[in-house]
Amino acid sequence: MKLAMATMMKRKDVIRRIRWGVGVAAVAASLAVVIAAADPSPSAGTTSMRRLTDEQYRNAITDIFGEDIQYAGRFDPVLRPTHGLQIQGVSQIAVSPAGFEQYDKVGRAIAAQVVDERHRTLLVGCTPKSATLPDDACAATFFQRTGELVFRRPLKPADVQLYVSAARRAVAVTNNFYGGLVDGLGMMLASPRFLFDVDVTQPDPARPGARRLDAYSKAARLSFLLWNTTPDRGLLAAAANGTLHTPAGLTQQVNRLLASPRLEGGVRMFFSDMLGYDQIVDLSKDGVIYPQFTPNAKRDMPEQTLRTIVDLLITNDGDYRDLFTTRRTFMTRALGAIYHVPVSEHDWMPYEFPEDSPRAGILSQPSFVATFSPPGRSSPTLRGKALRELILCQPVPDPPNNVDFSKVENTAKGTVRERLTGHRANPACASCHRFMDPIGLSLENFDGAGAYRSDENGVAIDASGDLDGSKFADPASLGQAVRNHPQLPVCLSKRLAEYAARRPLDTGEAAWVKTLSTRFVESNYRLRELLRIVATSDQFFEVSSSTATSPRTTPSPTATSPREVK
Amino acid sequence: MNRIQRRTILRGMFQGAAVAVALPYLDCFLNTNGTLLAAEGAPLPVRFGTWFWGLGVNPTRFFPTKIGKGYDLPSELSPIAKYRDKVNVFSGFDCLTDGKPVIPHGTGSTTFRSGTAPGTGGALPGATFDNIIADAIGTGTRFKTLDISAIGDRNNSLSGQGAGQMNPVETSASRFYQRIFGDGFIDPNAAAFAPDPKIMSHKSVLSVVGEERKALERSLGVADRARLDQYFTAVRQVEGQLTMQLQKPEPLVACKVPQPPKEMEVQTVLEDVLLNHEMMAHLLAMALACNQTKVFNVAFSNGASSLTRRGSSTTHHQLTHDEVVDPRLGYQPEATKFVEALMGAWGTFLGILDGMPEGDGTLLDHMLVVAHSETEYAKNHTVTNLPIMLAGSAGGRIRTGMHVSAKREPVSRVALTAMQAVGVQVESFGTLSMQTKKPIGELLV
Repeated sequence: MKLAMATMMKRKDVIRRIRWGVGVAAVAASLAVVIAAADPSPSAGTTSMRRLTDEQYRNAITDIFGEDIQYAGRFDPVLRPTHGLQIQGVSQIAVSPAGFEQYDKVGRAIAAQVVDERHRTLLVGCTPKSATLPDDACAATFFQRTGELVFRRPLKPADVQLYVSAARRAVAVTNNFYGGLVDGLGMMLASPRFLFDVDVTQPDPARPGARRLDAYSKAARLSFLLWNTTPDRGLLAAAANGTLHTPAGLTQQVNRLLASPRLEGGVRMFFSDMLGYDQIVDLSKDGVIYPQFTPNAKRDMPEQTLRTIVDLLITNDGDYRDLFTTRRTFMTRALGAIYHVPVSEHDWMPYEFPEDSPRAGILSQPSFVATFSPPGRSSPTLRGKALRELILCQPVPDPPNNVDFSKVENTAKGTVRERLTGHRANPACASCHRFMDPIGLSLENFDGAGAYRSDENGVAIDASGDLDGSKFADPASLGQAVRNHPQLPVCLSKRLAEYAARRPLDTGEAAWVKTLSTRFVESNYRLRELLRIVATSDQFFEVSSSTATSPRTTPSPTATSPREVK
Repeated sequence: MNRIQRRTILRGMFQGAAVAVALPYLDCFLNTNGTLLAAEGAPLPVRFGTWFWGLGVNPTRFFPTKIGKGYDLPSELSPIAKYRDKVNVFSGFDCLTDGKPVIPHGTGSTTFRSGTAPGTGGALPGATFDNIIADAIGTGTRFKTLDISAIGDRNNSLSGQGAGQMNPVETSASRFYQRIFGDGFIDPNAAAFAPDPKIMSHKSVLSVVGEERKALERSLGVADRARLDQYFTAVRQVEGQLTMQLQKPEPLVACKVPQPPKEMEVQTVLEDVLLNHEMMAHLLAMALACNQTKVFNVAFSNGASSLTRRGSSTTHHQLTHDEVVDPRLGYQPEATKFVEALMGAWGTFLGILDGMPEGDGTLLDHMLVVAHSETEYAKNHTVTNLPIMLAGSAGGRIRTGMHVSAKREPVSRVALTAMQAVGVQVESFGTLSMQTKKPIGELLV
């Protein structure tokens, strides 16, 4: 999880300021009805409120106000549930006092830039009669237009009035019209209606007595899933005119989102989460042992894999399984030092490894082998565990408390394979280590920073092994074995379902995952198809009250009450 | 002494105009003993903090053998020698997990802090006792708590309200400085004071989010409402901060605004972490002296500590598992160097708090700091006999200088004692085997 909101990275390739919608705001009145009709009291245990991630916050600000808005802040960390995705933590996290302080501060810093002289012509949208007096009409225009984008739905007239009055109160103190807008917009950006994606439901005409998500909530779900950002004008319009509720309208929007270059944003976020890239920020290596592991190399490592993924799965619409065997990737100078590959370009350049190279697939890339290694050595166990858990969704239990590590203590001699044999000879350790180590050992040709090596302490590395019955002799054939593992498409489908739901799945949703997986295989393992299936499925838009009896969202305090544990 | 009501002097000064008022000097607000703070004759506030280190100790080199006052100082405890009479050491207090599997480097701290052993996910089962204390006493200051991690791990937080919420931590001294002494800080000793109109207008609009509450709550289930409550609690705190910034603060003689520290990127190298810790400890002490907070949480290292020594590859955590116990010494020599450095840092921390005069004693005397690790002995991940210390007498509310030894008592008793000592109205803490209504009577005054 990335807490640091360092000055945001700019994406020059995509123009991302949402144009002011004309007419979208006009539906505000009709929305008022929808909100008033919201279910008065869903059952206990439902979760229909997800905090925006730091990336979603950043993307929303960029989309609404432009990429030249600068700010820095640090929000509450989102905790990754065990064996889960980090984004599933957003349905559990709240906002702490220190966290709100940050949202408040950052929101005001953004608001000040939105109304400053450089931006106000474009972003305020009207000129006040006087810069030192309140102007309710101009303030209303601003809050109506901006609020619709910030809150992902039109504001009721009463809501607009709330902000207009607030701005008026502020101008009375400061004698500065724009200062009033800063105060009001700052509040909008710290409001729970912006910081949380809260489901709004309405009666479902197709199922009397049941409820469905309203169209704006659907738009938000689609946008956060596929683009990892706030809904754009097209989605808001499809919500406003109701077409998002029709199968044809939904398909049209999903197709549009899937065809856009901005799909890359969603796909990158999904894989960063699935592959555990949040750990890389805090990853450190011993500079004496791995001098080539420079800050630039560390920065480029996840980017290399994400580029590989986007190139194969999005640009070339390829087979997901080929990610584990592909020899096509991208290279920078900093990474070239790890790969022993000369790089003349200053920027990213496409690179293809020869057929006989041990480098095949994303498991042979530093983002995997270096991330799952301690600072000064490699670790077959960590790598094997990561492969099992992240790629195949096969959780490995925690080690027992009282382990005698004396057998693996001496690291100065021989290979790690010899040392780990001791572990696997001990029956208490063997059950898990047999599950992790053989696959990890086949990546031993890559050291703790991801560089290739043929021996350790003068002893040749034996990279042979087997993965659930499929035998291999070297890292490249491990990639082949992973590619053909039956669990591979199931795991991706499960991860994507979890990512889409932004909460832990309940047992009833296993059937959904199974359907997704079957259809993913039928699509010849095309990610875009899997995304389409998820984004158009009923389960994706399910309202949480229908799963209210499930234990998945039970908050921890009650979960630990004595009655429940006994 | 005739008490001067400063409030009456200050009344009616908040119309946005800059006003410079010659305020009576601090001393005239102190009583003859010097123990009273200021204007209203309020006693010096009690402060509370935690200080965490990862990976425990070598039990035979840490726990005193002598029980009660004047305990002996085995080598790993020697860095606190100078402050022994202000520090209580505990032994024999256990984390009881009621059959839940022990999560290595997770269960110990979570169980101690929340009074409940965590489930498989390791998430906080409920509010930590430091947060409960902050809710009770962390008022009237700008920050309810200040949370820092000296090691550069931004997730290194042990404190929270439960339900998925952990206090965010600051890992950089320069950012920590900015947060305390940057924007929004009002020097209590500055002669001139002008309420900032921007703060007034900011405060005037905060109510807007409150207005949105009802509409939101209607569509939420119980769990989400609890999360929304946390959000609004946070809003109220910021509102309180702004209110405070509109008033001339009481002068505080010990408060001296420090110089901003140098920008420094700290990750896991012990030498850097030690320096970072010392810089942040000085800032924290000054934040307390300047009444910016009454509650803090310091984590020196993390649970499965990723501390390394400069030029070495092996983390403290790895060493505790991989290093051979030297048969002659009876401990792991390299891992033990870390333990000694950690206890040295704790000694440094105590020295900084005890080095700040306040009233008739020191800052440390008017506070209570709970120091602990998440395991007794890292090699085995034991969560029994958790190493815990209590420093400071909370302004005379707790006896100090004792080694309190128990036999299989829940660690929640120490937490309950700490809560009661700083004035939290609480009778019981913890659940299941950890539930206790028994504070450590011999310590409470």
